[in-house]
Amino acid sequence: MTTQRRGAVSFQNVQKMFGAFTAIPDLTLQVEPGELVTLLGPSGCGKTTTLRMLAGLESPTSGRILIGGEDVTNLPANRRDVSMVFQSYALFPHMTVAQNVAYGLEAGGMKDGPARDAAEKGLDLVGLSGMAARLPSELSGGQQQRVAVARALVLEPQVLLLDEPLSNLDARLRRRVRTEIRQLQQRLGFTAVYVTHDQEEALAVSDRIVVMKEGQIAQKGAPRELYEQPASEFIADFIGEANVIPCVVESVADGVAMVRVGSLTQEVPARNASAGPAQLSVRANAITLQEGQGPFTGKIASSAYLGDHLEYEIDTSLGALFAIDSEGDVPLSPGTPVALGFRSRGLALIE
Amino acid sequence: MYRDNRRLDALFLAALISFALLPWYRLRGGFFTLDWVGDYLSDDRTWPGLAQLGHPWLWPVPVLFVISAGLRFTLSPSRRGGWLAALGAVGIAWMMIQGLSVGLRGWNWSALEVLGEVAGQQAFGAGAVGVLLCFAAMIAFGLAERGALKGDAFVLGSITLLILLVTLFVFYPLLSMFTGAFQDYDGSFTAAGVSRNIGDPNIWSLGCVTGNGGCGVAWRTFFLAICTATGTTLLGLAFALVATRMRVPFKKGLRLLTVLPIITPPFVIGLALTLMLGRAGFVTELIEDTTGWELGRWVYGLTGIWIAQMLSFTPISFLILIGVVEGVSPSMEEASQTMRASRWRTFRRVSLPLMAPGIANAFLISFIESMADFGNPLVLGGNGGVLSTEIFFAVVGAQHDPSRAAVLATVLLGFTLSAFLAQRLWLGRRNFATVSGKGDGGNHAALPRRVAWPVACVVFFWAGFTLFVYGMILFGGFVKTWGLDHTLTLQHYTRAFSVTWDGGFAWTGVAWNSFWTTMEIALIAAPLTAAVGLLTAWLIVRQRFPGRGVFEFALMMSFAIPGTVIGISYIMAFNLPPVQMTGTALILIFCFVFRNMPVGVRGGIAAMSQLDGSLDEASLTLGASSPRTLRKVILPLLRPAILAALVYSFVRAITSISAVIFLVSAKYNMATAYIVGLVENGEYGIAIAYSSVLIVVMIAVIGTFQLLVGDRRLRRRVEPVPKIKPQEVHS
Repeated sequence: MTTQRRGAVSFQNVQKMFGAFTAIPDLTLQVEPGELVTLLGPSGCGKTTTLRMLAGLESPTSGRILIGGEDVTNLPANRRDVSMVFQSYALFPHMTVAQNVAYGLEAGGMKDGPARDAAEKGLDLVGLSGMAARLPSELSGGQQQRVAVARALVLEPQVLLLDEPLSNLDARLRRRVRTEIRQLQQRLGFTAVYVTHDQEEALAVSDRIVVMKEGQIAQKGAPRELYEQPASEFIADFIGEANVIPCVVESVADGVAMVRVGSLTQEVPARNASAGPAQLSVRANAITLQEGQGPFTGKIASSAYLGDHLEYEIDTSLGALFAIDSEGDVPLSPGTPVALGFRSRGLALIE
Repeated sequence: MYRDNRRLDALFLAALISFALLPWYRLRGGFFTLDWVGDYLSDDRTWPGLAQLGHPWLWPVPVLFVISAGLRFTLSPSRRGGWLAALGAVGIAWMMIQGLSVGLRGWNWSALEVLGEVAGQQAFGAGAVGVLLCFAAMIAFGLAERGALKGDAFVLGSITLLILLVTLFVFYPLLSMFTGAFQDYDGSFTAAGVSRNIGDPNIWSLGCVTGNGGCGVAWRTFFLAICTATGTTLLGLAFALVATRMRVPFKKGLRLLTVLPIITPPFVIGLALTLMLGRAGFVTELIEDTTGWELGRWVYGLTGIWIAQMLSFTPISFLILIGVVEGVSPSMEEASQTMRASRWRTFRRVSLPLMAPGIANAFLISFIESMADFGNPLVLGGNGGVLSTEIFFAVVGAQHDPSRAAVLATVLLGFTLSAFLAQRLWLGRRNFATVSGKGDGGNHAALPRRVAWPVACVVFFWAGFTLFVYGMILFGGFVKTWGLDHTLTLQHYTRAFSVTWDGGFAWTGVAWNSFWTTMEIALIAAPLTAAVGLLTAWLIVRQRFPGRGVFEFALMMSFAIPGTVIGISYIMAFNLPPVQMTGTALILIFCFVFRNMPVGVRGGIAAMSQLDGSLDEASLTLGASSPRTLRKVILPLLRPAILAALVYSFVRAITSISAVIFLVSAKYNMATAYIVGLVENGEYGIAIAYSSVLIVVMIAVIGTFQLLVGDRRLRRRVEPVPKIKPQEVHS
């Protein structure tokens, strides 16, 4: 059993209630050792609650949680072999960077000297070796974030937990730090559970993504799988924005379905579809548009110029569509009729 | 698993020591003196519980421990946890039952005599207390093993202990007082005392309204409290408006006034008024000489008490109302002005309504203060006292009627608790004056002219009057006899505080004895109060446990229990077994801790709410236990709150009189009680000299605390020193 190994995590029929409110009805989830799993979902979907139960900061109402094969359900947070990076970093403001990083080691009974050395190594790991004597308030946001990671990593936990670790950074820094975290994780090979509501971040760092909705797992799988084969309208829309439009499956042959949208026909991977009415997920950049009339015509409702691409809202007989044109240069003005078509990449039938 | 077993082993060891080694019953000479060690083997009163098993009601104690030790070796932690908690609860319940049932001379309740004769027993001693604590720890460990509150034994243990302490030192005394009202001298139940007192026209008569004689003491106290609350709220509001909304000289000095009531022993104002306006007071004589009127004793009675309370409590409502006035968002007033409202209209239609809940709050707190006030009425009451002094005289006076005291205390408690409930339930949800995290730019609107002028005049008159009164207090210690002989002298100070050298220091002054006792007890009580208060605040803010709301409410409610009621209830509860403490220093310390704790809790809650909760959680997930988290992370960040709690509890332990006067003994006399004695003997000079010294000492000690606790270091740049905000005061 893989769940016996160091770094494996297992939720078994975990339920969590807050008073009368059920945050998580029934969760069963395995995380393999050395894997980076992201819990993704809109706010209030139970992803942070799941993470906090793993850390021991909330106790489940029923069910069991195992870390490395050991039942930790009733174990307090300080006796679990995990450590956590907080959204606010939670650096102790009255301690220096070195004291912050050495804090967990000393709590575990390590002597002053070795703890200081280990802290130094931890700071090296995140590229902050010169900052040991500073106070957290003297560091930039990105540096504080890295101290928080170093502080959690020096304990060499079985599992590292990250609770929206990038949400307090600006967009540019976010991209750099998430790459650093991913590289660190792959180099050291620890298990990580990562919580975020940002689908781009999730796609960029994860081995596997678990999308949650109302306390339940909506879909789990590798990033590519989720993007290309969304199981539901919710997933299609949540991961990389998609237009979901009604369609009719005419025929299925050799894993390819002939799909009719309005009077337009298109080949789409069949998955498990059978003939009949269905839903088609269309990515914004899978829509082609040309000024004029065609088999599937729409009218520009609004347009925006964003430098490297143009964005359009288009009124059609099937409802409003959101489209991205990365080739056009001058945006079409509202009211212009356009002939619409689909690229084959970026289309998926939804079960 | 291993840790679970290890802490249980420690618990069983502690239980064994408590039951088989420590003296089970209370020792006459006290446990901490260790006098008992010499007679340990020969004197059966010092024997441990194990040797007292001739008392069959002690048998369940070892039985419960043996059962739980059996569970420890046979079941896994998650399966035995519930059983351990249940056994601990049974243990505590049984200790209470047997302690309350078997008194000094056998059964306490005549109904139990059907069970046969029993020998009596003494009050709980070190062994019994140890066993009780072990049972409490067993509940906590058991629940932790079951995974309650995320399995944190420290948190569970603290909650259990606090509930036990609050029950013992807040609810048990009140309950004893109520039962005391229904008991006769010999302990048998009778409603005679209650029925005699409850309808007593001296308490309830409305004669002054209907025109037949005077009103009852309950109505007079109520009337006084309404007057004081109205007066202090209006004055406090005036002060707050001047301090925050007007550009006047001495504004900083005005704020210093808020510190005064905290460091003033409660009867000092009354004393100063006597010297000024009393029969031989110099203002009285001045008026009588110039006009020929016969003023006489007009200051004694409700008028005098009212003036004294106005002087004492205006700074308190000033303090509350500064926060309220500053809390009104300037952008609301600016919005009103941009909509073409005049200053007066803005003030009347926007500012005042926004302040209204805060003003009502100040009113209710002043009401409670006035009701609970003991020092001023004691000095100025004359023949017509108020409830708190009547309670005192019902116990110590010639009438000695505990049942009457209990009835009066219940009436007083009814008034203050109603005000407290009104404050919590009705005002609790109506607070507009909030400080949001967002920077709220803009300036407060200036006061309309027709408000500004009268307000400024009143404020400067009253501030001047207050300063005059305090000046007199200091001056009064240096003159021979007030009103008669104003030659400067140091004789009062030398009588009180002389030190002679006679082969060693001899503290020959009459005040030294009570002075050192006061210092000792205040210095022991202050850190305990701060610790208990902040621990409680931490539990309330950071832990989600069932009954948390009730727990917080009960704690805050003790804020509204007047000191006189606490004093009388402590006497009634702790004079007899099972918990007997009267005449010791311990009862004074516990009284201070549980009386002043609510303020520490409140300060702690406010400070703790500003600390990001993920700091605690980060510490926990980094492997630190809860106690370590408290010590290394929370406490260093709470330094200003700790300082405030320390200062407050220290100062309150020195200045409070209402509860203390019931609890002092010849051996442990407190400064305030001693000064009251001086006043009763007419030795005003020494009383005033002693009070001045206390004020100076308090200022010095506050400074020392500030140095000791220090500032927290969060940034390199120099931070402004956090101001010690004086907390709300109750007497």
